[in-house]
Amino acid sequence: MYAQTVLTALIAWPAIAAVAVLAAPVRWAKHLALAASLLEFAISVPLWWVFQPAGGMQLQLDVPWIPSWGIHYAVGVDGISLFLILLTTFLVPLSILGSYSYITTRERAFYALLLALTSGMIGVFVALDLFLFYVMWDVMLIPMYFIIGVWGGQNRLYAALKFFVYTFFGSLLMLVAILALVYVVAQRTGVYSFSYFHLMSNVGELGTLAFWLFGAFFLAFAIKVPIFPFHTWLPDAHVEAPTAGSVILAGVLLKMGTYGFLRFALPLFPRVALHPAVQTAIVTLSLIGIIYGGLVAMVQPDFKKLIAYSSVAHLGFVMLGIWALTLQSVQGALMIMINHGISTGALFFLVGMLYERRHTRLVLAFGGIAKVVPLFAAVLTIVSLSSIGLPATNGFVGEFLVLLGAFRTYPAAAGLATTGVIVAAMYLLPALQRVIYNPLDKPENQGLADLSARELAVLLPLVACIVWIGVYPTPLLRRMEPSAQHFIESVRPAPGARAAAR
Amino acid sequence: MPTSLLGALWVVPALPLLGFLMNGALALWRPQARTAVSTIGVAVLVLACGAAVAAVAGFAGLHPAAPLVIRYWEWMPVGDLRVDFALQFDQLSAVMVLVVTGVGALIHVFSVGYMQADAGYARYFAYLNLFVFFMLMLVLGASFPVMFVGWEGVGLCSYLLIGFWFNEQINADAGKKAFIVNRIGDVGFLIAMFLIFRATGSLDFGPVFGRAAMVFPPAGASVTAITLFLFLGCTGKSAQIPLFTWLPDAMQGPTPVSALIHAATMVTAGVYLVARCNVLFALSPLGSATVAGVGALTALFAATIALKQWDIKRVLAYSTISQLGYMFLGVGTGAYAAGIFHLVTHAFFKALLFLGSGSVIHAMHHAYHATHAHDDAQDMRNMGGLRRYLPWTAALMWIATLAIAGIPPLSGFFSKDEILGAAFALGTAEPAWLVYWAMGIAAALLTAFYMTRLMLYTFHGPNRTGDKEREHLHEAPWVMTGPLVVLGVLSVVGGALNLPELMGGGAALQHWLEPVTALADRMRPVVELSHAMEWTLVGGAVLVAALGIVGAVRLLHPEALVPARLAPPETGLERLLWKKWYVDEIYDAVMVRPVQWLAREVLWKTIDLRLVDGLLVNGSATASRALGWLGSRLQTGEVGFYVALFVVGVLLVVGGAMR
Repeated sequence: MYAQTVLTALIAWPAIAAVAVLAAPVRWAKHLALAASLLEFAISVPLWWVFQPAGGMQLQLDVPWIPSWGIHYAVGVDGISLFLILLTTFLVPLSILGSYSYITTRERAFYALLLALTSGMIGVFVALDLFLFYVMWDVMLIPMYFIIGVWGGQNRLYAALKFFVYTFFGSLLMLVAILALVYVVAQRTGVYSFSYFHLMSNVGELGTLAFWLFGAFFLAFAIKVPIFPFHTWLPDAHVEAPTAGSVILAGVLLKMGTYGFLRFALPLFPRVALHPAVQTAIVTLSLIGIIYGGLVAMVQPDFKKLIAYSSVAHLGFVMLGIWALTLQSVQGALMIMINHGISTGALFFLVGMLYERRHTRLVLAFGGIAKVVPLFAAVLTIVSLSSIGLPATNGFVGEFLVLLGAFRTYPAAAGLATTGVIVAAMYLLPALQRVIYNPLDKPENQGLADLSARELAVLLPLVACIVWIGVYPTPLLRRMEPSAQHFIESVRPAPGARAAAR
Repeated sequence: MPTSLLGALWVVPALPLLGFLMNGALALWRPQARTAVSTIGVAVLVLACGAAVAAVAGFAGLHPAAPLVIRYWEWMPVGDLRVDFALQFDQLSAVMVLVVTGVGALIHVFSVGYMQADAGYARYFAYLNLFVFFMLMLVLGASFPVMFVGWEGVGLCSYLLIGFWFNEQINADAGKKAFIVNRIGDVGFLIAMFLIFRATGSLDFGPVFGRAAMVFPPAGASVTAITLFLFLGCTGKSAQIPLFTWLPDAMQGPTPVSALIHAATMVTAGVYLVARCNVLFALSPLGSATVAGVGALTALFAATIALKQWDIKRVLAYSTISQLGYMFLGVGTGAYAAGIFHLVTHAFFKALLFLGSGSVIHAMHHAYHATHAHDDAQDMRNMGGLRRYLPWTAALMWIATLAIAGIPPLSGFFSKDEILGAAFALGTAEPAWLVYWAMGIAAALLTAFYMTRLMLYTFHGPNRTGDKEREHLHEAPWVMTGPLVVLGVLSVVGGALNLPELMGGGAALQHWLEPVTALADRMRPVVELSHAMEWTLVGGAVLVAALGIVGAVRLLHPEALVPARLAPPETGLERLLWKKWYVDEIYDAVMVRPVQWLAREVLWKTIDLRLVDGLLVNGSATASRALGWLGSRLQTGEVGFYVALFVVGVLLVVGGAMR
């Protein structure tokens, strides 16, 4: 019972709850939304044990949706999507709790949109039908557009539009590519189907068309990741978005780009992905993301923008790990996807808490506040350290595995990427210093309130994950290993397997 | 039951971790509970020291040829990568654990007095406990990644403690600089790990060192690259050329921190790393020569700077850099036991010197505080004649000074002599080492000189503190002087640890460490010198030390000094030394500011804002809007215009088809 319905329940429940939140009295809205998201999390938790690491794609459900076009409602989960689902259901309640005092207008709409967004995000990660995937991809786009555009900062309309046009442009290209792919495969097999497995097993040799289709998928996902030079929507969107929007945007939405590469772009078009020119381009762009993103982050006066650019750097590590195609690098990339959601999410919460107190995010508006808000300073320090990958925090595990694995495939690039750990210290530690250390010279800061119980409740689960994943990531690594292995083999068959296929 | 005793090895690092958690909680919620904080903070160290002694005693009974490895849990198992959270105990770890917990316990006791009045008392002990935990992970880790946890962890604690008084920007800056400079070195450590894993398929010490001789051809490029990258890490953590600039700034931290982290333990981690990886370094002559050469050069270079510093702690900081250079000269020469020997004796006398300077600063600070003066409590020009007010500190620091200068029979004499002797012996086969040896001798001369200078200016001649202030100068309480006495005794007798056979000793430490260095020793046979030659070297070294001391006494005139605020600016060579050869300024001009400029003006403002976002993104938006405007202008609604367009279009199409 649980096995067949859980994924559908995870998609449906937030959507139903969103309607309920809209209908409920305003003063109940946030509590209702929190309760609904906690229930969503509770529904997802048993996945941790139900999931069989060696079982491949599982908990599948496949029912015809628009049979005449070969469209199915098909969902399933493997070791790649499992943790993205759990990350989503984990971050949403925290985002809602973190918005309690931040969101003061149109609360019902805000929380309903956040819940609708949850449905879309889960849908993206479980979809096994490319049409369903496309629908879910766009479903989650719209709530985020409104969250930024309605509850955002001063420049919110520009940022929301930029986010929307950029992502929608990519998703349209992806739709064209999906339709073309379905058509070509149908020409070959006589079956019109959007099924992931059908397309995977029958895609065969596409010749030059593969380059165009890969290119379309690449653009859609590259914008989302974001890969340089498609990244400039991100700083704007982050700075303008309300805290919850930034947390979800960084924590989950960016991962859809890298998830798209793992699930679709590489397995469907391995020959293109492994073409030397494509490899060179991707690795170069990853390096640019790591170094350039970090250096640009270093000179940002706005703390949120700094974190936004640091995301470009972190996701650069993910891309490098994916393309290096070793077990360590791919699992490291998956770990960074999770860790970035936790650490960057926590950073956005912390900056949001500063903003609620002072209505500024400028690093220079603070200084010396460790003296007045020691608890806040302690949490910010721990989270910053995890973000720059201090060993025994979660951040280290992902970066170490990516670099170690990538070193086997691209030694020079991995060596250069390793200098990213210096750059990380160069952008985060000065910001940390300017906010919590240095003289407490601004009178406005002398009366700051330390973290409240509610704020601690938002942050402590994240801090706990930082330590847990840093010290004992084995349960996660074990669960993702077979799927990572399968991914690598689907892109680059082992020499033995290729011989057997002939 | 020695083995079960070793099974409980985890207790040693767990105790300070527990202390950190408890003191950390107190720091956040009960910062005024000083008694509880000092009880917890000191007790965990004393207990850890006891546990360490028990573990070493148990281990000594076994004295196994291979390290004991205790695995606790799987950390990062991915495919063929297997990294466990595992500790290992061997003769080298034993020495380090004793130094860390022993000297650590003494410095914790001293801190109870030194930090007494500080508002951040609980936070201080939390950080100090955490440091000891990470330092123990560093020396007990059974693999490169676990060692790296300690390696970066001690760096973190160093960062937190340098910037302990964080409301002054200079302190926070110094902490940040230490972290970032160390990260440059850490990149070397990481890349070395990747190379090691690619070559040997493992990151555990046992398999890596066991397979090294088979995997790596001697003097091959691969093992040389590994050793050089590892050594890059060492230059960061152990403040060697070119990454030494953070350590003098680190003196912004509380003085007991300087004693523990920036003299006795953390900064020696690089020496430990080379000694731990002795097999790899033995396989790479170039790697070893680099270690020895950089060590010798740093020993000499830092000693020149120490000659002209006025801040008492800065003299000691450059002295530490210089002495670490000796240790690298030792381990780079292949005299691993000698390098570790100097590490141990240096921990004794340098901790003593720092804590002694802490007593001095404590007294000076107290005096200035009492009269509300704002003079520099660390500038030696404001001191002078302090032996009358701090007799114990003066006597104990003289012991340490003679020890570091290399006067027999104090501990530093034996350990430094062993390093220089080994370098000279290897020099008879490989002439490069004769140059290193000569640099070491020159540095020894300078060492004796600048340390005597420090003592003369601080404790002798007339007092320059001020007439009113002078009445408030007095010796520190016993909780601070007590640890000094213990360190003084150790500085005197520490040489007994490894009394050379030449002088009728048993070279105990060297024999103790033999199981650790056996493989490397076989690869790099020691060059034997004749007894006569050895005695000549010893005599020469003692002569050089004596020359430095006598020279300083003869050449320097403490009575001619004036207080810092009246002192004229330095000129010429003196200024060059006082300004530390302008290395910080050069780094700033060549590295720091260009990178800042590149990031701000080129990458962000030009490429990101103007090019990518302005031209490409918003440019294409503008272009499409313009296209839309053009299209809308075509919709004029006048039939004649449409007809004209239609005709033009038809003509174009027909024209195209005709061609």
